[in-house]
Amino acid sequence: MHTLEKLRDRASSAVGLTGTSSHRWASRLINAGPVVALVILVAVFSIANSTFLTGGNLQTIGSQLSILLVLAVGMTFVILLGGIDLSSEGVMAASSLVFVLLASNDRNGNNFGWMAVAAGIGTGALFGLVNGVLHANLRIPSFMVTLGTGAVGIGVATVLFGGQPPRLMDASLRTWGVGSWLGVSALLYVALAVLGVALLVQRYTRVGRYGYVIGGDEAIASLSGINAKKYKTGAFVISGTAAGFAGVMASAQLDVGDVNIGKNLLFTAISAVVVGGTVLSGGRGGVLKTFVGSLIIVVLGNGLILVGVSPEVQIAVQSVVIVAAVAMTSWPLRRRVRVVK
Amino acid sequence: MTQLMSSEMAQPTLQVENLTKTFPGVIALDDVSLEVRPHEVVGLIGENGAGKSTLLNILSGLYAPDSGTLKMNGKEVSFKGPRDSARAGIGMVHQEQSLVSAVSVAENILLGAEDQSLTAGWYRWSSLNRRAQRQLDKIGSRIRPTASLGTLTFAQKQMVELAKALAVEEEYDGQPVIVLDEPTSVLESDDLETLFAEIERLRQVASVVFVSHRLDEVLRVSDRVYVMKDGRCVAERDPKTVDVDELYRLMVGRESSGQFYREAQQAPVRDAEPVLTTKGLTKKGCFVDVSLEVRPGEVLGIAGVQGAGREELSRVLFGADSYDAGEVWLSGKRVRFSSPVGAVRAGIGYIPTERRLEGIAQGMSVKENVLLADSRAVSRGPFLDPRLVKELVSQWVMKLNIKTPNIDADVANLSGGNQQKVILAKWLSSPRVKVLILDHPTRGLDVGAKEDVYALIRELCARDMAIILLGDTLEEVIALSHRVVVMRDGSISALFEAAPGRKPTPVELVKWMV
Repeated sequence: MHTLEKLRDRASSAVGLTGTSSHRWASRLINAGPVVALVILVAVFSIANSTFLTGGNLQTIGSQLSILLVLAVGMTFVILLGGIDLSSEGVMAASSLVFVLLASNDRNGNNFGWMAVAAGIGTGALFGLVNGVLHANLRIPSFMVTLGTGAVGIGVATVLFGGQPPRLMDASLRTWGVGSWLGVSALLYVALAVLGVALLVQRYTRVGRYGYVIGGDEAIASLSGINAKKYKTGAFVISGTAAGFAGVMASAQLDVGDVNIGKNLLFTAISAVVVGGTVLSGGRGGVLKTFVGSLIIVVLGNGLILVGVSPEVQIAVQSVVIVAAVAMTSWPLRRRVRVVK
Repeated sequence: MTQLMSSEMAQPTLQVENLTKTFPGVIALDDVSLEVRPHEVVGLIGENGAGKSTLLNILSGLYAPDSGTLKMNGKEVSFKGPRDSARAGIGMVHQEQSLVSAVSVAENILLGAEDQSLTAGWYRWSSLNRRAQRQLDKIGSRIRPTASLGTLTFAQKQMVELAKALAVEEEYDGQPVIVLDEPTSVLESDDLETLFAEIERLRQVASVVFVSHRLDEVLRVSDRVYVMKDGRCVAERDPKTVDVDELYRLMVGRESSGQFYREAQQAPVRDAEPVLTTKGLTKKGCFVDVSLEVRPGEVLGIAGVQGAGREELSRVLFGADSYDAGEVWLSGKRVRFSSPVGAVRAGIGYIPTERRLEGIAQGMSVKENVLLADSRAVSRGPFLDPRLVKELVSQWVMKLNIKTPNIDADVANLSGGNQQKVILAKWLSSPRVKVLILDHPTRGLDVGAKEDVYALIRELCARDMAIILLGDTLEEVIALSHRVVVMRDGSISALFEAAPGRKPTPVELVKWMV
């Protein structure tokens, strides 16, 4: 027995020496990586341009952050499953028009106030439900399903749009969109509240916990009697609801219902999730990481403009950063014969 | 001993009565009856395809039987899914670890059974952790329930797996039955003792069904042994009055030759130039200064505990990983592979441990799998010649005795042993393969399939193939090899000649392993 114990110690210490410890070290670095990157970005931009760290610019960053953050936080739940939600832009468009046309506007006599907000968000939830049911029950790959429903969302929005963007006239809702409190944009409070709720959902509910299990290995979930379909659908509903929320927020901010309200936000949101450290293959990550990722994306965009980079170049730089981030997060997992699909 | 006597009187914990299950064209289970008594360890053995997995799948609620009944503590039960089986008190430890590394130990132990620790849909972590701690305490484990599973060692994960199986007891008022499906097939020999100690501990709180291919282990831990063959339960034996040979005969239906490993067929190696040579091969953190050579027709065994660096070495030789220093020579030429593609072109074949992950292409046919490595022999220009393909593949299916309905069948539907033979055929059908690296080629195979693999290894040697073998057990490595290299902490600690009749003993090797 004594020898055997020695053997075991030997074995485990040898394993620790070779694989595990270096892997752990690398994964710790990856965990800290996004935060370090954010700090570096802030440092570089504040040196390069003195206006970067001024209150005014921080306010701009805050208001740019809010809509992206809500969208990306919702997206995180789907990406944790190893899926993807490409319908966000379409969902935002549909929810934007539903919201503005039900609130007080210059097109019709509706004035449902906060009910219009609920309807806008509900539109997103409905799209998410359709996504989830189609993906989980009919086993259609999520990218295909959401690509389709996203187009449907654009279609719905275009029909409602009717040639001229309806303007939002409800004063109190407009205040929420552009107003600020203690120097911080009101929408940022909303976004941070959404982040807080998402954190609780991720930490304390089945839909949050099982996301990791299903994303890690769906077969294990099924063997444990977990109804994976239900929780997958749940994740898509969260993502859709968040997109609906983002659509309403953007409409309130711009005072208008617009088909293009979510334009370019899809790629940015996915980038924020991935740059934050949630892996596209699922099972690892979280909404707090997405918060850091969103900050990185916004700071990068804002800083590049401040130092005078043209918007076209800025998009290119942003894309390079994102691909580099993805390459870095998968670095410890790299193995020559690992298959990436 | 007294325990055994008293348990015979008691109500059996689990009774399986006249269970029958058919699949299209196959009777997987044919009128199987057996029982498990309180605090008893029951061994269940049988070749692949004998019906063990079907029985386990019924016990775990994945399949419904066509007829027959299951009783737990005298009460008839039926399952619609895995949760029902757990609620009835049956805990499964699956062959491959079924744990999720991204979540905590507690979440893994109580996966799917969190209900009690939820209030209105919200987790109460303190409650969940407390419940997990209770299961961990039962097996005397000091793992923290809040630890992330990904940070644990393999052996610690095995403990978590046991705790998870034991957790069924929470939902079930009575003694649970813990089913261990091939728990030893992925363990190194040093972890075995720990597992056996765990089984003794489990016995205090549960009944245990121990499913294994390794007859000696079954004899060692079980109070009774059931033997399954062709879907039937053919025998029930007392380990004290039965030996491995008899069990083997019952299981396979033929005499066990003492020459299990075909030692007599081990031909001396010709005095030829080595095919593969390494000089001072080093991969930082994995192995240091490894120099070895293999000649044609030779089996070079590599022994070592987990973490000694032999898996890493085999991956480097196959070009699946890079190395930091040293040289690799193949047929007198210095080579450096940047990927397995280069290694295959140069004539190195690799049979991985993770058969299902790395070895076969599931969803593809037997034919396609055989041709994966090299299809030049059956090609005309860029196209495959269907007639030649059929000829070549059928020839290998016959030669290796691969049991498949036809060469177009999906490999995923073959048994483990037959899948392994398909992988062998893949490399053997390629005329350029000169060196074959076998990484645990018999892992998870039953005795009959193992014998086939051993016979094949001997035949390959006779045809001048050089083989590097990382075996499942020390006995296997010693018996099959011409020479055995022992690795310790990443470097070579000893080299043994292993000619038939003058083989080293496992104990001699172990001295150099630790």
